[in-house]
Parts: sequence; structure tokens; C-alpha cells
Amino acid sequence: MKTEHWLDHPRNIKRLWRGFLAVLALTLIAGFVVDLHPHFAVEGWPGFYAGYGFLTCLLMILGAKALGWLLKRPDRYYGRDERDD
Amino acid sequence: MTSALILHPGLVLIGGALLLPFLRGTARSAAVLAIPALALISLWLLPEGELWRIAWLDYELTPLAVDKLARLFASIFALMALIGGLFALRQENRLEVPAAYVYAGSAIGVTLAGDLISVFVFWELMAVGSTLVIWSAGTPAAWAASRRYVAVHLAGGMILFAGITGHILATGELGFTAMETDSVAHWLILAGFLINAGAPPLSAWLPDAYPEASWSGTVFLSAFTTKTAVYVLLRGFPGTEILIWLGLFMIFYGIVYALLENDMRRILAYSIVNQVGFMLVGIGIGTEMALNGAAAHAFTHIIYKALLLMSAGAVLAATGRRKCSELGGLFHSMPFTTLCGTIGALAISSFPLTSGFVSKSMVTQAAIDGHLQSVWLLLAAASAGVFLHAGIKFPWFVFFQRDSGLRPPDPPASLRWAMGLFAFLCIAIGVWPQPLYALLPYPVDYAPYTAAHVITQLQLLLFSGLAFFVMLDALKRTPTITLDVDWLWRVAGPAIARSAHEIWQEARARLAEASAARAAAVGALLARHRQPGGLLLRSWPSGGMALWVMVMLLANLLFYYLG
Repeated sequence: MKTEHWLDHPRNIKRLWRGFLAVLALTLIAGFVVDLHPHFAVEGWPGFYAGYGFLTCLLMILGAKALGWLLKRPDRYYGRDERDD
Repeated sequence: MTSALILHPGLVLIGGALLLPFLRGTARSAAVLAIPALALISLWLLPEGELWRIAWLDYELTPLAVDKLARLFASIFALMALIGGLFALRQENRLEVPAAYVYAGSAIGVTLAGDLISVFVFWELMAVGSTLVIWSAGTPAAWAASRRYVAVHLAGGMILFAGITGHILATGELGFTAMETDSVAHWLILAGFLINAGAPPLSAWLPDAYPEASWSGTVFLSAFTTKTAVYVLLRGFPGTEILIWLGLFMIFYGIVYALLENDMRRILAYSIVNQVGFMLVGIGIGTEMALNGAAAHAFTHIIYKALLLMSAGAVLAATGRRKCSELGGLFHSMPFTTLCGTIGALAISSFPLTSGFVSKSMVTQAAIDGHLQSVWLLLAAASAGVFLHAGIKFPWFVFFQRDSGLRPPDPPASLRWAMGLFAFLCIAIGVWPQPLYALLPYPVDYAPYTAAHVITQLQLLLFSGLAFFVMLDALKRTPTITLDVDWLWRVAGPAIARSAHEIWQEARARLAEASAARAAAVGALLARHRQPGGLLLRSWPSGGMALWVMVMLLANLLFYYLG
């Protein structure tokens, strides 16, 4: 009983993406228009928050990937000792 | 104030919990809601000050002492018990809600305790209540997890007890007031508190145990233990610098592990550690703004984390599945749960107009006011990371992403009401923060809604959202877990114990083998002398006897002369 939802249409997904990118652009523009009262020097860089948010997230994802490469195990890893209990 | 109005809200909950097993049907449901409501009312009727004094041995205990900080935490704990009770009305296990009320009542008991002994008593009762909540899920995995959980907490309790004893011996003071990390006893107290906060190195107890509870049990668990720890740290160790660094570690530990995690409730469990990290940073900074921020964030966090776990619990109850790799597309048939889960996700990410925005930003502001640039930079990265691991990842993989084909309906009314009420609070506090600010321990001089703050926060969050979708391939769910320090006591510890046992067995066998010939010789010698004609059993001639008597007499004579 699959029901059609407006989110199931690829066309609408594309529209959502366009809307999202437009909002991103708007926040960037607003950052130039409004005085952001920078406290630290780095805050004064144009688009600092946007760039910083994007880059640190990339770093966190890559860092997590690297750690996962070391520490990931199949999810039945602890399974055996729990059945024993 | 007449003493008739003074009821201990924690004992109301605990007493009520003991009453619940005797009730059935509608009476029980009514009691489940009335007990925490009564606790909340009795709390708000309490005046400030030390209300109960009890003489015990040489000490005077104050198990009921109220100030603004205590009332703030006790209020959110009682409210959490009420809405959690509503959410759990359809829980079939009859142990879980009473256990949760003992747990909540003892958490309130800690917040209202004016002396360290009362703190300790309620602290331990909390461990019992929470263990029973995990246990009542009734699965083998929950049983195993509850045993590991209680072991960590009893060890933590012992460390705390040692610290409290040392503190009382050294100072003769029982009162629970701010301490310095200037003695072994105080370090032990700090360590005991930190274990419950989910701080390193033992953080793993939390994501190990909480997600094994039932669909409603995890909601209770998320609220009390860690936030009680935040409360005692706020009161006991404000401005202790090490808390800043521990907090920052917890923040990034939570993000990285949550990014790697596949189980939806383990994602949220890691994000509890992450959020408590923000509170610890605030406590460590220690200014009035920072302490207010930590307290406010604990308050809002309990609400939105419970909301997130309720939406996850509703999905678990409806589908029986908990792995992101097996979920997805649930927005089709669970629109209300999707909406509530998304509101919780926006609140945890501190989106403008949600509760997280007005609380977490006070901690960030305190870092700015203190000119702590590196702390501030890390907090800003962490805010982006929260949106990444909880704000988008959780709703995306559970409710959206690829369609799993599952079409479970939204949950029954009691669950919907509980989620709806907390979703409402997430928005209401975000839009209208003044009532929360009025409850905080210090006067608040802070306006969260400035154009600059809203724009910078939106830039930070939306661009981290962009990073999520750009990197979606790297975030694909795999049916894996990530090893954490609990590996030490689940795999390494037992393995060491097993091999030590084997080595001992081996050594004993070798020893037995090597000494077998010698032991046999000794045995044969003994046996020979115990036979007729042997040294012990042969008959001796009476002449020999007379000779020995003569020798004795001569010796006697000799010694007599010498003496």
C-alpha cells in the first residue's frame, strides 16, 4: 500500500535543493548587510561562519571515517557473549 | 511556613512508585500521572532554605534544602517523570514505570539534598532505579547491559563514598557547597560525579546501556543520571578548569561516535555525552553567564533529548527495528512522529526559535566574554557537528532517506500527547525564553535574538547541513558498531581472566607432574613405616627401654650437680 507523497517526486527534491541553496545564499548576503559585532578577529572574515561550519564538518566526517577504519566491527561482534548471559 | 505543606517531592515519587504495583487499569494510569504531578506541586510549594534537619550519629543531615538551582533541576526532573509516565502508559512491563519513578525521585532527592550524606544515599538509590529500568526491557542483551551498567555505577559510588568520607574527616563539615580540587578527597568526589556525567575514560557505559532499555525506558534514562551529575558539578565544582577540557573531549567524542553509529538510539545516546560536554564546558568556565548557560542547557536538553528518544521509541515500538540501515521513508505513514522528531532535532542543533538556541548560546557567549578564543572556536565547530550527527543524521536516516517500504502508523494517543507536549515546549522556550531565564540561579543579562546572532548561527548550521548532503556517500550506514572503551571490560578483561586461569591450570598441572615421582617416594616411605615392622609400628625389646631410662636418670644427676 504505497502512497504517493509529494516528497517522492524527484522534481520536488530538485526544487527543495534549489530552495536550500537560495537560503544559503541569503544568509551569506545577510552577513554582509548586517553588522555582526565581531569579537574575535577571525569573526570579521567575510563568510567566516559559513566556511568554518562547512570545513569543520568535512573534517569531522573524515576524522570519523578514519577512526571507523580502525574501530568498526560487524554489529554481531559482541553478540556471542550476550547469548552466553 | 506550616510544616503541613512541606512534602519532600522526591519521596512523593518514590512512595508513589511503591504504591503502583498494587494498582490496575485506569486507577494505575491515573496514579502514573498524578504522582509526578503531585511531586511537581509539592516542589513549588516549598519555600527556600533548609527545611528538614535530622540528627544522625554525630551529624546533622539536611535532606531537604531548596534554592533556585535545586528548584530548577528538581522541576525539570519532576516534569520529565510526568511526561515520561504519560509516554509509558502503554508499557506492558509492570516494573518499568515504578522503577523509573524511584529513579526520578532519587534524582530529585540529590538536587534537594543539603548535605553530602543525603546526596550519596539518593545517588545510590538512583543507580538501583536506573538498573531496574534497563533490566525491565526483559531481553538477554538488556540483562547483560544492566549488569555492566550497575558495575560501573557501584564502582563510581564507592569512589564518591571514599571522597565524601575523606572530606568529612578532614573538615568535619557535611554541607554540600562548592569545593576546590585541593585534596585527594575532593578529587575522588569529582571523579565520582564525573563517572555519572559520562565523562572519559568511562563514557562507554552510557551508549552501551541506555539503548538496551525498552522503547519507553530509554526516555527516562536519558534524563536523570547525567543531568544529576551536571547539577552536583554545578554546585560542587563551578569554575574547575579541567571540566572545560573534559567537556570539549566529550563533545567531539559524541559527534565522531554518533557519526559512525548505525543504531538510532545509540546515535542519540552518544549525543547525550556530546550535550553534557557543553554543560561541563559551561561549569568549567564558571562565570555567572556560563553557569546559567549550563543550567539552562540541562533544562532544555532534557526536553529535546526525551522528545528525540520518544520519536525513536515510537519507531521501535511500531517496527521493532532500531538500525538506520533498516529504516527510512517513515514520514509516509508516521507524519506526526516525523514532525516531533524533527523539532527535537532542530532544538538539539540550537536552531533559532527552538530551546537549544536560547540555552547553548549562553555557554558560547561566556567563552566570548572570557576571551577564550580556542574554546570558542571548538564550541562553534561542535555546534556545527551537533547539527551534523543529531540534527540531520537522526531524522534523515530514520524518517527520510531511501524508502524502506515500512508503513507503520503513528503511535497511540498517549505517546502522541507526550511527544506533542515536549515538542511544544521546545518551540515555546525558544520563542519565549524569559520564564526559563527567570528560573536560572543568577540574574540573566542576555538577549539571544540579535540579528548578528541569528545570522551567524544560521550560516554555521546551514553550511554544515550542506556538508552533510555533499558527504552523504561517506555517511552511508553500514551494519557495524564502533569499538569503545567498554571493549576493555567486555572483551579484553574476560580474555585476560580466561588466559590467567589457563596459565594457572597449566602451571598446576606441570607442578603436579614434576613432583609426582618425589611425592610417590615420600608416600611409599611413609607407608612402609606404618606397616608391622616399620619404624612406627615395630615392637621394641624391654631391654632397650631400661637402657633409655638409665640414660635419663644419669642426665638428671649430671644437671643436678651442674646446677
